[in-house]
This record gives sequence, structure tokens and C-alpha cells, in this order.
Amino acid sequence: MNDLRLRFGQNLGLWLGVLLFVLLYALYSTLHPKGWTVDLLVQNANESFALIMVSMAQAVPVITGGIDLSVGPMMTLVNCLASVLVSGTPGAIVLGILACLAAGALAGFVNGCIVVYGRIQPIIATLATGAVYIGIALFLRPSPGGKVDENLSWVATNALAEMDTTYHWFPDGPPAWFAETLGRVPVPIVLILAVVLLIWVPFRNTVTGRGCYAVGSAEGAAYMSGLDIGRSRLAAYTLGGLFAACGGLYLALQTGSGNADIPQAGAYTLNSIAAVVVGGTSLYGGSGGAVGALFGALVLRAISFCFRVFDSNGPLGFLSNPLLQPIFEGVILLLAVSLGAARVFRVKNRLTLFT
Amino acid sequence: MAETAAPILELSGVSKRYGGVRALDGVDFACRRGSIHAVLGENGAGKSTLIKVIAGVVQPNAGTIRLNGRTVTFPSPQAANAAGIVCIFQELSLLPDLSVADNIAIADPPRRFGLIDRRAQRRRAEQLLARVGCEDINPLLQVRQLPLSRRQMVEIAKALGRAPQLLILDEATSALTAADVEKVYAILHGLRDSGLSLLYISHRMHEIEALADTCSVFRNGQHIDTFPKGARSDEQIVQMMIGREWHSVYPPKPQRTAPPPPALELNGVGWENRLHDISLAVGRGEIVGLGGLDGQGQRELLLALFGVLRGVSGEIAVNGTPCRIGSPAAAKSPQVGMALIPEDRKTEGLMLPMSVRDNISIAALGAMTRGAVVDRAQEARRIDEVAARLKIKFGRLTDAVATLSGGNQQKVVIAKWLLTGARVVLLNDPTRGIDVGTKQEIYQLLRDLADAGTAILFYSTDYDELIGCCDSVLILYDGRIVRTLQGEAITEANIVASSLNLPLARAAAESAA
Repeated sequence: MNDLRLRFGQNLGLWLGVLLFVLLYALYSTLHPKGWTVDLLVQNANESFALIMVSMAQAVPVITGGIDLSVGPMMTLVNCLASVLVSGTPGAIVLGILACLAAGALAGFVNGCIVVYGRIQPIIATLATGAVYIGIALFLRPSPGGKVDENLSWVATNALAEMDTTYHWFPDGPPAWFAETLGRVPVPIVLILAVVLLIWVPFRNTVTGRGCYAVGSAEGAAYMSGLDIGRSRLAAYTLGGLFAACGGLYLALQTGSGNADIPQAGAYTLNSIAAVVVGGTSLYGGSGGAVGALFGALVLRAISFCFRVFDSNGPLGFLSNPLLQPIFEGVILLLAVSLGAARVFRVKNRLTLFT
Repeated sequence: MAETAAPILELSGVSKRYGGVRALDGVDFACRRGSIHAVLGENGAGKSTLIKVIAGVVQPNAGTIRLNGRTVTFPSPQAANAAGIVCIFQELSLLPDLSVADNIAIADPPRRFGLIDRRAQRRRAEQLLARVGCEDINPLLQVRQLPLSRRQMVEIAKALGRAPQLLILDEATSALTAADVEKVYAILHGLRDSGLSLLYISHRMHEIEALADTCSVFRNGQHIDTFPKGARSDEQIVQMMIGREWHSVYPPKPQRTAPPPPALELNGVGWENRLHDISLAVGRGEIVGLGGLDGQGQRELLLALFGVLRGVSGEIAVNGTPCRIGSPAAAKSPQVGMALIPEDRKTEGLMLPMSVRDNISIAALGAMTRGAVVDRAQEARRIDEVAARLKIKFGRLTDAVATLSGGNQQKVVIAKWLLTGARVVLLNDPTRGIDVGTKQEIYQLLRDLADAGTAILFYSTDYDELIGCCDSVLILYDGRIVRTLQGEAITEANIVASSLNLPLARAAAESAA
């Protein structure tokens, strides 16, 4: 019991993010005419996927005390690459997907090498590499377009039931247990769970993953404890690249094309930092995690969803004015982050504020 | 038997230069199996560098290291760890955001299928904590949630978990409570008896008396002498360390006929459940000591006075005027005129990457402006004065303060507060980890300040200092002042007895028995 309370207290930021998301999404679903349906869930999950992945990509370097300004560009780069590679025979599609993921991981690895071996501060190193990645994306896809396998695109952005109708899993038609329950789960949610459970959770429990937290917590102490600091950092940026690639790949499937959109890449990068903070990860490093960033991204998305459903004739009608939306989004983001800072009021020894 | 044991570690002709500074100069040094070997020397004598060389943190420029008779080189701390050399450093090597169990197992956690096995890790942490007598620490707590003294015990447990052959302790007991020190002594003696070698660095003579078998003295990067414990008197050892004559460590105390007018008065000060009903007065020109076991509220009292704590009750008066001190900025304002020399100079005392000059003048800049602009000429003149007065040793004023030795860093902190012209000076264990030479200078400086009319409130974990420096000593126990000792009554027996909240008569009877 006591142990549970300890764990809860140490992850307070994450739980605040979860709570905020649940409240906002419940409000949205209640106000929405199609609220609480699978269709709406699928649509929202599709709209959130790329930001979730990019936020998780941001979280890992932030845990090490760094930052990655190239997550948006890496996503865009992979998006454009996918619009070239992910089509044709099934074999070509699989190879194309693997190539896209590998390209993202490679881009992250390059970031890591520059930070670790070049000893350049992450913020400036990734600012520079981000520009390079965008440049490559523009080279691959000078104007929006390209082609992505349509079947794959369809199943990846719908509920699991569409897998069957597209690829004919069950020759005799879907059994009742599938159609009623599992078939209703949106594929993007399954994919996110897979990424978290198959990549993030194991990584966190390796010595290298633990090392990422150690480096962000106290680099000197981590070094003196005999940890391989360089490897942890390198792994953090590489994993960030891989997550960003997942986001880029999904964006390609969702839009069916590639687009080297520079403002979009920048917006994704900045939102990813906000999501990481809302999810309870300190920008000083050493605490938090990718799951927090996941919920941070969901909070950001839920905020913008909510603006779609305010009735323009209702008491909160002014909120639906699209011109005012950025202001309110900013204010709500500030409030959300301030929730995490509420501990300041409980601090009796002001010195502990600085450690 | 001890004489015949082969050395586990031998250094011959080891030298290390940092720029133009010779930190180690042709050192020959050996360390035997099954012994506790104390290394003594002033700050800058080369002790830390010696340890860093042995632990693989820095590479020597010349010389060889032999471990168990074989020549070895340690390119990194990992290599030294793998060879069984484990260090407990003065600067704690714990990761504040990770849990105690994570920290203890950090280098080589138990794994299953390549992933960290949290349950096994927790069991191991519990076993190791039990071995150092700290079963009360929950392994799931984050290290940042523990007080400094507990962190040091975790650090020791972590070191034991690596099955060391040679354990190096660098000032590893400086933050321990008296009860923990006893436990640590017992653990270290047990380790020695099981055949381990221990290299031990401390500035506390009585610890060395209690622990070491062999002592080595270093000075200016050179190995001066090695001798069995007890072969040299304290005076001889101190003389070897400083290389000059050593008179009395403490300046004489003034004789008073009447108590001086009070400069700082507290009436019923309390805070949370850590301080209760503290009333005291510090007279102009008086040095008042705060004693007692570590963690009885001494630090909180100083922080409360300096405006760091929120929600302090009771009355505080400076020079007879009641005042509310809501922040360090208010405490240092000319109306109050307070200064606090903090406990941890690296985080609370100094801005390490900034220059010596900027560090010295930062607190007094407000008083050195012409219009809105800092008067550079006045600043430079006053810095030169205070640096000369404190005999601070530095290359150039523009060097980063991080490049100075520990003793000189502490002098910079003191210089910073001298410049503000504070009339009430609070000191929080200011001589921790500082060499004897600098300590002596600080004692003299405190007495000079007091003679010039400053009121000084001085917390120290070293009883000798309280006895030698203070006009009166207040003993805190559980957040209350339990005894005030004055004049002849300031003795070690009385301080120890009061710290444990025992009546003085009984303590005297026990020491007589």
C-alpha cells in the first residue's frame, strides 16, 4: 500500500496528464453529436497518432537532459520517403516500411553521434540536422504527392474489422467474438500499444535505458558509477528517430501521400515539447517517460478537438471563433502546465525549489 | 603478519600534471591487503588526484600502477571497477531522480531475459541496506527524498554491492550522523578483517585514530611519509601536512565581564514540526555555536533566519528592531544586514562557471553602483582588498571559481558576504571538507570579525570547532534548544551528553566511572 502510494507520488505528473485527457475527451465526446461511437474514436485516433509518436520521440532525449528539435523534420522526411517506397508488391511494401523505419533510426543515430562524439549541445545540433532532414525531404518530394498502397492505408486508419474485409482473414466471414469486440478497436490504438509495449517498456528496463535516466539526473554521478553514458545518449536519440519515423510513416498512410511541409514540421516539434512537459517529464531530464508524453500529446489534441464542438449560439459560443482558437489553446496549455507546478505552494523550504 | 602481507596496490613514480600544476610528483605508494590505510594532507596536497588515478578517472602522465603484482592501466572508472577498485567519493555519486534500489544496482543490475529484474534488484538493495544497518530506508524512495546523511549510507551500500577488493573512501563520513558513524566503523573493520584493503581520506583526526592501521601523509603532490598508526603524535602529523610550525589552531577567546548588547534575538521561533520554541540571543562580537547530533534542526534554524523557509512563527529582532525576513534578499538588505555561509558551497554558495571576481561581488553589487551601472573601479578595488584579506589563492580574477581548491572556494563564499558588510553572520558547517591550514585561517577570521562587532551564529558538526571557537554553545535536540553551555562548561563530554539529551551530572559521573 505504502509502496503503491510512493510510486503514485513519484509519477504525479503522468497521472495529472491522464486525468486531464480523460476530462477533456469526455467533455468533447459528450458535446459531439457522434460522441461515444467507434467512428469518432477512429477519426480522433488517426488525428492524434503522428503527434503521439513525435512526442514520444521527443521524450527520450529530454529524459537524458537533452532536446531534439529535429523530431518534426525526421517525421516529415520519413513521410516523404514512404510516399516513394511504400507501394507495389507485398514484398516491396514490407521492405519499404522497414526502410522508412531504418531511415528514421539512422537520422536519430546521426543526431546522437553529433551530440555524443561532436560534443555539440543538443539544441543546436538538432536544429542544424533538422534543417538538413527537411532539405532531404524536399529533394525527395519537391511538391506534395506520391503514392502509398491504398489497402494498407485503408486498414491502418480504420477499426480492426476492416483488416478482415480488406485482407480476408476469415474465409467464412468474421466470427461473432471478433466483430463484436476486437473488431471495433481502432488500428492506430493497437499500433500505439504495440510501440509502447514492444519498444518503450523493454527499453526502459535495459541498462542502457536506465542509463538515460541516470544521465539526465546527474551526469557526473552516472559517469562515476561506471555507466556507459555515450551509449545511453546515442540510444536515446536513435530511439527518438525511430519513434518519429513511426509518426511519419503513419502520416503517409493517413494522407496517402508525402508532403515536405516545413511549417508543419516546426509545429510538430514545438507541440512535442509541450506534450512532453504536460505529460510530466522535466525539461531538466532524469524523470518522466514516453507514456507521459503520449498522454501529453492526447491532452493537446483533446484541447483542439473541444474547440470544434462548442455551439456558436451557446453561452460559450465565442470559443468556437476560429480566430480566437490559438489564444485559448495557449492559455489552456499554460494552465495545464501550471497544474504540475502547483507543488510550489506546498514547498516550505524554498531551497528545494531549485533542486 | 601485517608486515608480510603483499601489497595489493603499488604505485611507482606516478606523476600527474594539470596545465602547469603538478598535482602528483613522482609518487611511490603501496597499500596492503587487510588494512585500513589513511591518507592525510591539506587540500591541494594531491590526495584527490591520487585517488582519481587509482580509480581510472584521470590518467597519470608518468609512472606505473601494479595491482596484485601485475602492471595495470585503467582508462576509465569502469575498468577500475572491473578490477575490484571501488570508490566512495566526497561528491556523492548517486542519481537523485532514481530510486534507492536503482542506484544501488546501477552499474550491474540483476537481469532476466536481458531486462532488469526489478524484484531481484529490490531484494538485493534490501540485503545491502541491511548490511549497513539501514533497514529503515525504503528502496523505492527516490534518492532526492533522503537527507544527506542517509544518502551517504546508500552510497556505502552501493559500493559494497560491487564486491570490492580495494575500497576507497574519500571523505565518505563527512555527512554522517554520530550513530551512523559507529555503524560505518563497524562495517569497515569487518571488511578489513575479511581481507579487503581500504584507502581512507578524512580531515578528521579522531576518525583516523579510530579507524586506520597505517597512515600516509601527502604534501604538494609528494608522498612525505608512511607510518603505522600511533607512531607519530598529532602535532608531528599536522606539521608534516602543512610543512611549517603549528601553534594553536584556535585564536584565544576574549574575557568578558558583562554580556555584550544583543545583535540578534529570537523569541519562540518555530517552523513546521522541525523547530520548536527557539529563543536565543547573540551579542555583538559574540560567536555562538549550534551543536548537537546532525539533523536536529540546526540547518533549518539558520535557513529560517535567512528567510528561506516559509511559515516561520515567532519573533526575530536584529539590533533591537523586530523584523520579518521573507527572503534571502530581505535578509541581506542594509536594514537587516545578515549573511549566510551555506552548507553546500557548490550549489548554494558559488556559481561555479562564473569567475572569481563575479562570485565575490555578486551579493554586494547593489551597493557598488553609480546610477544603474556597476562602478567597475570600485568593484575591482573592493575585491582586491577582500581577496588579500582572506589570502585567497587564484590564478587570475577572471578564472572560473570551479578551478580553485575547496578551501579557496570556501574563502570566496566568505569574501562574498564580507563585501556586503553583514553585521550578523550565520555559518552552516563552513569547514566541511576543508584542509587544516584553511580551517585555521577561517577560525582566525571569525574571531577578527567578532572583535570588530559582528554577531556570529555558527553551526558545526565538528565538536572540536565548537569548543575552540565559540563563546557559548547551544545544543539542539529534536528542534529544541536543550542546553546552553558557556565558558569552561564547553567540553566534549558536556556536548556529547547534551546532544543525546542526557543530564550533565550523569554524563560526568559516567565519564568518571
